[in-house]
Amino acid sequence: MSKVNELFKTELKVINMGLKSFSNELKHQGVTVLQVDWRPPAGGNPKMIELLNRLKDRK
Amino acid sequence: MKSKCLIKKNSYYDSVTLMIITKEVESVQGVENAVVVMGTEHNKELLNNVGLLNDETSAASPNDLIIAVKLEDDSIFDSIVQKVDELLNKKRSEAGEDYYPPTLDSAVKHLPESNLVIISLPGQYAAAEAKKALLNDKHVLLFSDNVTIDQEKELKTIAVERGLLMMGPDCGTACINNVPLAFANVVKKGCIGIVGASGTGTQEIMVQIDKFGGGISQAIGTGGRDLKAEIGGLMMIQGIEALAADEETKVIVLVSKPPALEVAEKVLKVLKSTGKKAVVDFIGGDDKLVLDYGFIPAATLEEAAYKAVELCSKSVDEVLGLEVPEFTKATAEVEKAVKAEASKLAKGQKYLIGLYSGGTLCDEALKLFTKEMGDIYSNIPLKPELRLPENAEIYKNTAIDLGDDEYTVGRPHPMIDSYTRQQMILKLEKEQEAAILLLDVVLGYGSNEDPAGTLVEQIKSVKASFDARGQHLCVVAGICGTKGDPQDYSEQVRKLEAEGVVVLPSNAQAVRFAIKVLREVL
Repeated sequence: MSKVNELFKTELKVINMGLKSFSNELKHQGVTVLQVDWRPPAGGNPKMIELLNRLKDRK
Repeated sequence: MKSKCLIKKNSYYDSVTLMIITKEVESVQGVENAVVVMGTEHNKELLNNVGLLNDETSAASPNDLIIAVKLEDDSIFDSIVQKVDELLNKKRSEAGEDYYPPTLDSAVKHLPESNLVIISLPGQYAAAEAKKALLNDKHVLLFSDNVTIDQEKELKTIAVERGLLMMGPDCGTACINNVPLAFANVVKKGCIGIVGASGTGTQEIMVQIDKFGGGISQAIGTGGRDLKAEIGGLMMIQGIEALAADEETKVIVLVSKPPALEVAEKVLKVLKSTGKKAVVDFIGGDDKLVLDYGFIPAATLEEAAYKAVELCSKSVDEVLGLEVPEFTKATAEVEKAVKAEASKLAKGQKYLIGLYSGGTLCDEALKLFTKEMGDIYSNIPLKPELRLPENAEIYKNTAIDLGDDEYTVGRPHPMIDSYTRQQMILKLEKEQEAAILLLDVVLGYGSNEDPAGTLVEQIKSVKASFDARGQHLCVVAGICGTKGDPQDYSEQVRKLEAEGVVVLPSNAQAVRFAIKVLREVL
């Protein structure tokens, strides 16, 4: 069975990154949801982010 | 007028939360302009545009919260900062005291059995997080836009290799295992599976399927660019294959703006190989191609829904011969309402003005109107020469997609925040040749908690202005919502009807009603 068809047969469990309203609405529907307290990486510095991503790609 | 600002270092909040707070601060007496934003380059441009960029705000990082205000008396600034703090704390406590992991990696460790990651971060960061989620074998719904087409291709290629869903970028709606995701309505469970490259198009089809008594097995969003030649329908094909293998799904519906021909053929071939019955709504696209493959085309989103529901119990040939009823209400009742509205219009009132929050709903209005009545101007025109002239917000027959980028800079989408639409409605007061105001009212999760309630005051005011000069403004609204939606469908209808709005249960019916009224007076 493909992973998408497995998803169709499994209880939805969500990680939400961004708008908290999406988390709240899923909770309201009784869905398990974990909100990420996200903030821009490397203080939001685009050059630093690019460098970090390159380092990660090398790993 | 004085300017004051405060920077809160390392305090990140999402854009919708901050836009709502900005509005609250702007409503304080003595405040001319308020900007409460994160210190991104884009937000600094916004600050610059309103004269609030200075050395202090320039130095803020994307991790820093900026509170910048133009006000008559700077002694009230402290109380404004206090108000912002209170609102932010309120948002925090509403969200509960749960544990919030700081990164996706830590979230995956904390909830290893998670299967879907929803991402609505600023576009420039979103693709990297989506890639991480896919590499962790999680399905993704990427709501963010401003993701490049190269990034989209990379993400979808990874998803296909791993057998995952990569819904988006710019995926506004989905319904997986009967759970509405992002902007989506509460619909019954059933045997119709949808793969949609159009947000409000998919929403309207789901809603209409529910109204015709059918139900949804799964609704998979792909994002609007999936059927462009560069992406080649990667996710639509992935979605079709999943619905093909899904025992619950008996009928498949595809919805998208007209795709590139080679992509359309590729998608239809895959659909054919499933052996399942299908309705294909390539909105305004080539019906013949769809028929040649043995599927059912649809002229409206409502028709796609109607035929999909009928297909659950009938053959393709039987359904091909069916016509979707023009109106849910009896013809005599509709004709009576049309005549009642038309009789109140004064000489010289001849134009339709559509103010839409849903892009595909606006596009559908343009197509239906053009077919029956001819040219209509728009910010998303059907032909380049029908683009609204520079500096003209409204020109002759007009339908505007207020969710388009030019109207949403620094503001939430009009389905969340009616401010732009409220202002546009009020401005109609001076449009003496306008006969009809056409609106969509989109309910469901994600949308404003009381969309009708946010519009009625402005509708009342503009109608009164027309009445005062011996005219009438016919206001027609199509509701995209179900009885299961959190907003209370009946109450939304009641609020609109109390102000004399003619409320129809679909966008296609609302457009048809508006055309009938115009025909009476032209």
